[in-house]
Amino acid sequence: MSAPTVTLPLEVSQSTPLLEVQGLRVAFGGKEVVHGIDFSVMPGETLALVGESGSGKTVSALSLLRLLQDAEVQGAAVLSGEGRAPARDLLRLSERELLAVRGREIAMIFQEPMTALNPLYPVGDQIAEVLQLKQGLDRRAAWQGAVEALRDTGIPDPEQRARSYPHQLSGGQRQRAMIAMALAGRPRLLLADEPTTALDVTLRGQILELLGEARKQHGMALLLITHDLNLVRRFADRVAVMENGVLVEHGTVADVFSAPQHPYTRKLIDSLPERDVVEEEAPAGEPVMQAKDMRVAYATRLPGFKGWFRRGEFVAVKNASFAIPPGRTLGVVGESGSGKSTLAFAALALHPHRGDLEVLGRRWSGKAATDNAIRRTVQVVFQDPFSSLSPRMTVEEIVGEGLAVHEPGLDVAARRERVVQALADVGLTEGQFHGLLSRYPHEFSGGQRQRLAVARALIVQPRLLVLDEPTSALDVTVQKQVLGLLQRLQRERGLSYLLITHDMSVIRAMAHEVLVMRAGEIVESGPVREVLDSPKHAYTRTLVEATT
Amino acid sequence: MSGPTPASSSIDRAPAAAPRAASVSQSPAARAWRRFRRNRLGFVSLVVFCALVGISLFAEIVSNDRPLLVYYEGQFYVPLARDYPETAFGGEFPTPADYLDPYVREKITSGSNWAIYPLNPHGPATISYDSKYPFPSPPSRENLLGTDERGRDMLAQLIYGFRLSVVFGLVLTAIGVVIGVITGAVQGYFGGRTDLTFQRFIEIWSSMPELYLLIIFSAIFSPSVWLLVVLLSLFGWMGLSDYVRAEFLRNRQMDYVKAARALGVGSRQIMWRHILPNSMTPVVTFLPFRMSAAILALTSLDFLGLGVPPGTPSLGELLSQGKQNIDAWWISIETFAVLVITLLLLTFMGDALRDALDPRKVDR
Repeated sequence: MSAPTVTLPLEVSQSTPLLEVQGLRVAFGGKEVVHGIDFSVMPGETLALVGESGSGKTVSALSLLRLLQDAEVQGAAVLSGEGRAPARDLLRLSERELLAVRGREIAMIFQEPMTALNPLYPVGDQIAEVLQLKQGLDRRAAWQGAVEALRDTGIPDPEQRARSYPHQLSGGQRQRAMIAMALAGRPRLLLADEPTTALDVTLRGQILELLGEARKQHGMALLLITHDLNLVRRFADRVAVMENGVLVEHGTVADVFSAPQHPYTRKLIDSLPERDVVEEEAPAGEPVMQAKDMRVAYATRLPGFKGWFRRGEFVAVKNASFAIPPGRTLGVVGESGSGKSTLAFAALALHPHRGDLEVLGRRWSGKAATDNAIRRTVQVVFQDPFSSLSPRMTVEEIVGEGLAVHEPGLDVAARRERVVQALADVGLTEGQFHGLLSRYPHEFSGGQRQRLAVARALIVQPRLLVLDEPTSALDVTVQKQVLGLLQRLQRERGLSYLLITHDMSVIRAMAHEVLVMRAGEIVESGPVREVLDSPKHAYTRTLVEATT
Repeated sequence: MSGPTPASSSIDRAPAAAPRAASVSQSPAARAWRRFRRNRLGFVSLVVFCALVGISLFAEIVSNDRPLLVYYEGQFYVPLARDYPETAFGGEFPTPADYLDPYVREKITSGSNWAIYPLNPHGPATISYDSKYPFPSPPSRENLLGTDERGRDMLAQLIYGFRLSVVFGLVLTAIGVVIGVITGAVQGYFGGRTDLTFQRFIEIWSSMPELYLLIIFSAIFSPSVWLLVVLLSLFGWMGLSDYVRAEFLRNRQMDYVKAARALGVGSRQIMWRHILPNSMTPVVTFLPFRMSAAILALTSLDFLGLGVPPGTPSLGELLSQGKQNIDAWWISIETFAVLVITLLLLTFMGDALRDALDPRKVDR
C-alpha cells in the first residue's frame, strides 16, 4: 500500500487531546486491514470517522478497546489522564486495567440495538448493572439511576419501559436504551458505530440530537463512525476520511466539505445520486401497471382461546390506487412497516391481494399457466444482493434461468449468447472477469451482485421492474453507479420502475411520481417535485425535513 | 423485515473480485472439498475407510477357501467362480472339491500343476476341521486371528462381517437420505397445513416402539438382511427430515427464491435447483454419523439375535459369541477393535465434513 499517509494538522490548543491514536495498525491472520492511521479526539468534540464499508473505520474503533478477537493491533492509543489516573496507552493495558476503562471512560454504542441488548433481561436491569459495576451503586439506587437514565434519553414513561424486554421496545426506543446504558458510566468518550443506520429517517435526527445533548451535558467527546455524510455535516466538528485502511483526509467539517483535498473525499461528497431521467410527459397509452383499491392482508394469530378457531388479519396495504405509465418510475416511500414492501410483493403476485391490479390489461389469476405470461413482463430486483443470488449457482445458471422458463426452445448456444448480452447490458463483461459465466456470486462485490440481479431480471425483457430498496445495501459511491445503470436502462428501453425506498435522495433522482405510505395507507401522491417541494401531509413534511 | 436495513458494514465493496481474480473460480462444493482435504485426520480417515471398504468388497479374493486359479494337467480352472467336482482333479467322488483337503491340495500342486490360494485361505463359512485346538481356537498359523466357537476363521468372519455392516449402513443411509430429504423438503417448502399434518404424523410414527416391532416382525417373517433394511428404513428417515425441513423453511424465505418465483419458475424446480443445493450442508454432515448409527443398529440387533439369519458373518453375532466365550479373548477384542475403528473413522470424517461445510468458517 503506497497510499499517502496524512499527518495531523497539529492543533495549537491549550488542551491535550483526550485520545491520541498514532500509527494504528490492525491485522487479521497476517493480513493488514488498517495501515497505520493517526488521529486525535479533543475533549468534548465530535470527530466523525467516515468511509465506505471495508474501509476499516469500524475495525479501527473497535481495536481501541481491544474488542476484536484474533486481531493483531500495533501502534499507540493514548488516553489522557484524568484526576489521579495518569495517561495510558490503551493498546498496552492489561485486560484487567482495560475493564476499568471500558464503559467507565470510553463507552460504545452499536448499529443494531436489538443484537447489542441481551434479549433475556429487561433494559432497566441491563442499565442498572452498568451502574452497579461502574459507579458502585447498590441495587435500588442503580434501578433508580436506570430509570433516570432512560428518562434523560426522552423515552416516555421510563418506569414502565425499564421493565420492558428489548423486543418490546421499538427500534428508536432500543437505541435510546442503549445510549442510556452507554452514558450510565459517565464516559469521557463515546464510540458510536453507525448509531442511526438501522433506524428510520425521522428517528435519525432525534437520536443524534440526543447524543449531542449528552455531549454538552457531560462534556463528553464523541467518535462517530458513519458512512452518512449528511449526518457528518450536521453533527460533527471534525471529520477523518478513511479509504482501504488509510486515513486520506482529516480536518474540520467546514474545510473538508467546502474544499475536499483528496480525490476519494471528493468522490464521496458528490456521491449524491443525480437525476438523469426522461422528464417529458408520459406518452399517452395503456399504463404498464394499474391498481385500484388494492388491499393486501396477512393472516395473524389471534390471542387466547379465540385464536384456536379464527385467524386475525393484519392489513398491510389499504385502498391503494396507482398507475405506472410506460417508461416512467413510480416511487413509493415510507418507513419500515409502512407496507411499501408488501405493496411490491403484491404487485409481483408473490402475495395475494384483493381489488384490481392489472398488468398491461391482464390480471393475476393465481394459476401458474396463465400468470407466467404476466411474470415475464414484471420482474424484480431485491435489496440485499447477498441473499438474492443463490450461492450455489453459477452466473450463467442464475442469469439464464428466466430463459429456461420463458423461452424453453432456445438451445444452449443461443441461451448463452443471450446471457452474455444481458450481462454486457449491465456492464459485466468477460474482459473484466475471466470466466465470468462460470463464476459464483461470492466472487463479486455488492454492486456487481446487484448488477447480476438486474441482468437476471432483464433477460426475459420485462416491461416493468419492481425495485425493492435496490441500493440501500450498497455504499454511496456504488449506489450512484447502480442508479445510473437503472436510469440508462430506462432511457434506452422504456422500462417502467416501481421503486420502493426509504431514501429521499433516491426518490429525488429516480422517480417521476411518488406515493408516500404510512401504516398501510397512501397519505400523499403526485408528481415528485410537487410532493417533495411542497408536501401537503404532515408526515411527508417530517420525512422530507429529516433528510435535508 | 421490510424497509431500510443497514447493511453498509456487512457489504464489502472492493475485496470480493480483486484478490481472487487470479485463482480459478471455485464452486462452493469444491471449496468445501479443499477444506476437507486440509483436515488431515478427516482426510486420512476417508482414505483408510475407502481402502478398507474397497478391500472388503473383494473379500472373495482376499479370503476364501478356494484357490483363485488352478492349473491342472494342462488346463486352467477357476474355482472361485465355478464349482468343480473332485473328480476333475483326479479325486474319487463326484462331490464338489474341498480345496483345503490335503488330498486335493496335493493333487493340484504336485508336478507341473499349481494353484493360487487367496491370502487368507478361509471362507466365511469354512470350518477349520484340522485345527489342533478345540473351538474356539486361539490365533495360530492356520487361523491368524483364531476361530470362533464354530471353528470359522475369525479374520474371514471380520472381513465379511465388516463388508456386510458397511454395505448395510450405506444402503440404509441412502434410503434414509432420499426419504428424509423428500419429506423434509415438502414440509419445509409448502409449510402451513402440509407441514403441520406431516409433523403430527412424524410425532406419532416416531413414538412407535421400534425394537418391539422388529422382534414381532422377526417372529412373523423369516429373518433376512432385506427385511432389516426395510424395517430400519421405516424409522430411519425422521431425524434427517427435521433438519431438511428446517433448512427449507429458512431458505424459502430467501430473496433468491422469491426472485425465482417472480420469474415463474415452478415449485419443483425451485426446490430442486434453488433450495436443495443450499440445504445440503446438514445432510452431508449427517451422513457419516447416520452411517455409524446404522452399523451400530445392525450390530446391536445381531447381538440380540434379531438381526441377520444365523450363519451370516456379522459383527454383532461375533460380539455375542465373545460374551458367551469370555475366556476366548480374541473373539471379543478383535470384533471390538474392528467396530471401534470403523466408527472412529466415520466420526472423524463426520467432524471434518462438518468443519469443511461450516459457513461461518472463513478461508484464510
